[in-house]
Amino acid sequence: MTGTLVFEQLLNGLQYGVMLFLMAAGLTLVLGIMNMVNLAHGSLYMVGAYLAVAGTQWTGSYALGALIGFAGTLVVGMVVEVVALRALYQRDHLDQVLATFGLILFFNELVSMIWGRGSLYSALPAWLAGHVELFAGSRYPVYRLAVLGVGLLTAVILWYVVTRTRLGMLIRAGASNRTMVAALGVNIRLLYTVVFGFGAALAGLAGLMAGPIYAVQPGMGELILIQVFVVIVIGGIGSVRGALVGAIIVGVVDTLGRAFLKPLLATMLSPTAAEAAGPALASMLIYLLMAVVLAVKPAGLFQSR
Amino acid sequence: MRGKLFWIAAITVLAALPPVASALGEPFYIDLVRRIMILAIAAASLNLILGYGGMVSFGHAAYLGIGAYSVSILAFYGITSGWLQWAVAIGASALVALAIGAVSIRASGVYFIMITLAFTQMLYYLGISLEVFGGDDGMRLKAKSALPLVDLGDAVQFYYVALVLMITCVFIIFKITNSRFGMVLRASKSNEARSRAIGFSPYPYRLAAFVIAGAMCGLAGALYANHTNYIVPGFMSWVQSGDLMFMVILGGMGTTAGPMLGAFALLIVEEILKGWTEHWQLWLGPLLILSVLFFKRGLAGLLERRDA
Repeated sequence: MTGTLVFEQLLNGLQYGVMLFLMAAGLTLVLGIMNMVNLAHGSLYMVGAYLAVAGTQWTGSYALGALIGFAGTLVVGMVVEVVALRALYQRDHLDQVLATFGLILFFNELVSMIWGRGSLYSALPAWLAGHVELFAGSRYPVYRLAVLGVGLLTAVILWYVVTRTRLGMLIRAGASNRTMVAALGVNIRLLYTVVFGFGAALAGLAGLMAGPIYAVQPGMGELILIQVFVVIVIGGIGSVRGALVGAIIVGVVDTLGRAFLKPLLATMLSPTAAEAAGPALASMLIYLLMAVVLAVKPAGLFQSR
Repeated sequence: MRGKLFWIAAITVLAALPPVASALGEPFYIDLVRRIMILAIAAASLNLILGYGGMVSFGHAAYLGIGAYSVSILAFYGITSGWLQWAVAIGASALVALAIGAVSIRASGVYFIMITLAFTQMLYYLGISLEVFGGDDGMRLKAKSALPLVDLGDAVQFYYVALVLMITCVFIIFKITNSRFGMVLRASKSNEARSRAIGFSPYPYRLAAFVIAGAMCGLAGALYANHTNYIVPGFMSWVQSGDLMFMVILGGMGTTAGPMLGAFALLIVEEILKGWTEHWQLWLGPLLILSVLFFKRGLAGLLERRDA
């Protein structure tokens, strides 16, 4: 029984981890290559989730809705890059933080104007709604397994693109020395737009997959964004590998902490103390982890430059 | 000279506001300006590290929250002495700033931004998970801080307390930034390598500034709790941190009057937009983006020559 529970929570943690990874991969590339802090990355996640829900309701098909969410976020991301963010690449981090903070306010309000302030929940089609028996006595939701699968598949594709293709070579080169890449005749502007759109689409993918699990509501992007920052700080800026490792660590630690810290404390403290301290400590766990990593490795586990 | 005239004019207008507002039957403005002045203290403290120290802290709201929670928690247990409450608010904020600063100042640039943001978010979640103190819903302040001579329950008296404290804090920041300590802090912002070369290690100076800023913001939090009468974890949210940053930028980074001007400008614009449309953030967001892109020097830039 306990073994099953731990295994299920571990899977939940992995599933949350791959979603964090989808977010972190785009953000860390944008940070690494363009040296750009984009707080609005969480807004793209939210846009992906909303477009997918709206698309599903409109077309009546979950798959089509997901496609609309993915493609829609890609387009929104590229438009945002061209309209607002391009002017910020040459500015310092402070300006980038403030301007993208303004973007967040804009997007949150826009979304609540169109879809209201309440939460939306998206229904799953029959082929994703069931449970699967992993082994005797354990029923795990198919959808969460699907999320895990898509996330891992994306990680593999991303690994292939970054390490084995020409685009990936440019991305890596851009992360280590962008002036040199520009000097070698690469259209750095186009590369930026492509990378940004790429990252936006990944955020949209994370968002549309989050829809059926978490509530779709204005401000949902910021909740995950700050955890993604923790992932990037742990993994190291600009490193996709670091983003993957960091995301899995944060996802698993956060999920297991929330599930087991309270009962674990209850074995050591009085039940009332555990009742009070458990949730508090669980919600602080990943930030404490970040502090420890920083103390040991100030530039993250996988430093890219 | 212009600077001196500005201060005389500003203080005169602020001091004259309560009788004028009462005479016009608009006590709302006393409330609004009091809130602005309290947040101006928080912005002024952020300016010390952001404007003069070059540390882009995206987590300054943490200390606003700690100050507010200190007052409120003490009041919850029946301790209403204002001196004690405010001392605890300042002390607790300073301690937390010491802990957060010690870890985050070692990092720089983007890391510093993300780390300060993450730690503040941690405190925000801590506030949410403290069921005893209202959790997500927050808690009502049981009684206002009891001070000798003044009664914070009286809107006008509280207004003048906030005014005096704001002027005092702005003056303290002014003194600090023009002291030897402040010079080292500013030198390590404008050229870290050179200030190292002449024998200053920036770390202790930055950490000290970080702690002073946190402590002062804790005082703002103590006042803010008395102002709102209701304490929510939202005081520590990243939106509040962002607002404080905007006040500093809008007013002018690294200027004495800037944070105050920025607090007035931002909150008054917010108030106007709120009166105009329910979806005020839809307009505020792009306005903020435009101000970042095209109004870099801030309001104080119109007033005084920039020291940087």
